[in-house]
Amino acid sequence: MSASTALTKRSQEENWLPILELAIKEVFEIMLGCRVTPSAETEHGPHGEFTAMVGLAGALCGILTVCCNAKTAGLIAKGMLGGTTISEDEVVDALGEICNMITGNFKNKLAGTDERCMLSVPSVVSGGAYRFHSLADGTSVETVALFEGGPVVVRLQLHN
Amino acid sequence: MDKIRALIVDDSSVMRKIVERSLRQAGIDMDKVVEAGNGAEALAALQSNVVDLILCDINMPVMDGLEFVRQVATVESAKGVPIVMITTEGSESHVVQALSAGARGYIRKPFTPDQVKEHVLPLLGKKP
Repeated sequence: MSASTALTKRSQEENWLPILELAIKEVFEIMLGCRVTPSAETEHGPHGEFTAMVGLAGALCGILTVCCNAKTAGLIAKGMLGGTTISEDEVVDALGEICNMITGNFKNKLAGTDERCMLSVPSVVSGGAYRFHSLADGTSVETVALFEGGPVVVRLQLHN
Repeated sequence: MDKIRALIVDDSSVMRKIVERSLRQAGIDMDKVVEAGNGAEALAALQSNVVDLILCDINMPVMDGLEFVRQVATVESAKGVPIVMITTEGSESHVVQALSAGARGYIRKPFTPDQVKEHVLPLLGKKP
């Protein structure tokens, strides 16, 4: 990677992080009625018991993933549905929909990009014993939000 | 307000429940709620259910929301039924496509119950 390419990549990452964080904040505030607080990832151990993902194609090409442990995923589903008994199907569905809304909200904030970028329907992996290999080899932006004390890792990986 | 019959179309069952709850929070008294997971299921549901309001996502498997809205025009019992899109797709081109196809309202996810109220009540002849 040349120095100018590296600088461009770093600039994109710096520009997109606050947009991604805003997209996350709005989704949690509007759909769950709560504020999430940013957190340093290193403060928390492995998080991956549920990983939701939505693909992007077109002007932006890559994937956005939302990863958290089972307890946090359950709290997210309860927050959305308002009930006390939540099935695993509902937990999976809720996390997929959160991922979908964060991705859409992020995309809609990028002027000129939203018209030329399509989203996939969400997919959710349950279980943490897997390795994720994204073929998106470009910009990677990651942030950790704390929801009810539990880390929610949101990662955007894009092709250049 | 008379009780209404609503069709909610979204591939997420969680989102269908949230939309239904938002309608109730908007003060809409519902006699019946029919759910469908995609456009094809929704078209099939309209063959055996008469509804007063349709709320529909765009990005869904099998048949997306835009195609569903286009095809609703061919369903005799659904002609004139207001359709409101509720979707993460926020671009102007999606809004234009949806309204051109026959949708009467467009709500972007994430949404508040107040937004549902504001968009849906006028379509039912009520002030938000």
